[in-house]
Amino acid sequence: MRNLIDITDLTIQEIDELIATACDIIANPDKYCDACRRKKLATLFFEPSTRTRLSFEAAMLELGGSVLGFSEANSSSASKGESVADTVRVVGCYADIIAMRHPKEGAPMVASMHAPVPIINAGDGGHNHPTQTLTDLLTIHREKGHFDNLTVGLCGDLKFGRTVHSLIHALSRYTGIHFVLISPEELRLPSYIIHDVLEKKGMSYEETQDLEAVMPKLDILYMTRVQRERFFNEADYIRLKDSYILTLDKLKDAKEDLCILHPLPRVNEIATSVDNDSRACYFKQAHNGKYIRMALILKLLGVEV
Amino acid sequence: MHIDEIQNGIVIDHIKAGKGMELYHFLHLDELDCSVAILRNVSSQKMGKKDIIKIDSVLNMDLGVLGYMDPNMTISIIQDGKRVKKFHPELPEQITNVIFCKNPRCITTVEQEIDHIFKLTDREKGVYRCLYCESEAKK
Repeated sequence: MRNLIDITDLTIQEIDELIATACDIIANPDKYCDACRRKKLATLFFEPSTRTRLSFEAAMLELGGSVLGFSEANSSSASKGESVADTVRVVGCYADIIAMRHPKEGAPMVASMHAPVPIINAGDGGHNHPTQTLTDLLTIHREKGHFDNLTVGLCGDLKFGRTVHSLIHALSRYTGIHFVLISPEELRLPSYIIHDVLEKKGMSYEETQDLEAVMPKLDILYMTRVQRERFFNEADYIRLKDSYILTLDKLKDAKEDLCILHPLPRVNEIATSVDNDSRACYFKQAHNGKYIRMALILKLLGVEV
Repeated sequence: MHIDEIQNGIVIDHIKAGKGMELYHFLHLDELDCSVAILRNVSSQKMGKKDIIKIDSVLNMDLGVLGYMDPNMTISIIQDGKRVKKFHPELPEQITNVIFCKNPRCITTVEQEIDHIFKLTDREKGVYRCLYCESEAKK
């Protein structure tokens, strides 16, 4: 039985297969509309996340399956003190696959050690969010057609931004990638990712605080939100939340085919005036999230179409 | 000071001076019925001072974890009064319930029944990370 806890659980070949399946679903939706008939997805969201939960549920419904679950810990047995292990043992009696979001890091890993059905990590605190990374990869693939030889700018909260960490892990397996790490000093990429991933794999990277200076060289610009829930100290959050705001003016020297991504939700880090620019891909990205999750559910359930 | 030679057992040598008692408790040697000797601040050419533990019994003990504590220790296996094996403990691939995750965001901080498991992620630097949240272990 397979789980998806960390993006590195998947080989490059498996990621390529998922992307190929997602592209086939986009091209031939009718072929897949009954693929998961009589199968049930449980969405166990111990922490609210409307868009990720809806994306998973829409994915399963489009495959002809059903969904059940809860959207916050208060409406689950966790509020009575039940352990993650017991929760998934029980839910595994009712559902064929589980997507779990939990505020504590490593909770989906614990779940995967006890559940009788596949577990998908739908985000665990500031740690991992592998289906967001798959979404990002599908979007890059659809916009650029390849992963090699791209200059990828990652901007904003690189310290707590789990989507950034996972994306770096994933892209560092391709060749010719140059990472441009754009953040305030306090939100720099953690040193263990620099050492264990970038330097160990010999990746090319640079760190800067100046978004406009590096804008002309970027093929991809991945914006992130400074997340209030990752800070223990409100004052630090207030001080850093407006560090980078992308506007049309800042894009004036950007490449014509720049691809702007954002895991969403945004607060104010991308001005709404950028939304109609052809380089804004973040709503396409959200749409792609459903298709890659459909491909993932098929793979983990072992459904052949 | 004279400590009898052991016949069948284990000698843990080159323990950092002052760490012998900690190791004694860590290995639960206080629960053994056999003779256990702790020598503290023994003169050492290599270390200046060192601690030594001698256990006069054949034990089925997981010594791998000693590698995490200090890979410079020396372990000698004694049979019939003779040393039959001498080695430095290697860093174990995984250690369970020896170190505890200090990341306040880790699932282990709220669920008491979960084993604290750390995996070796960099043998060269001796880095262990929590299996669940990947935080680096702090010695």
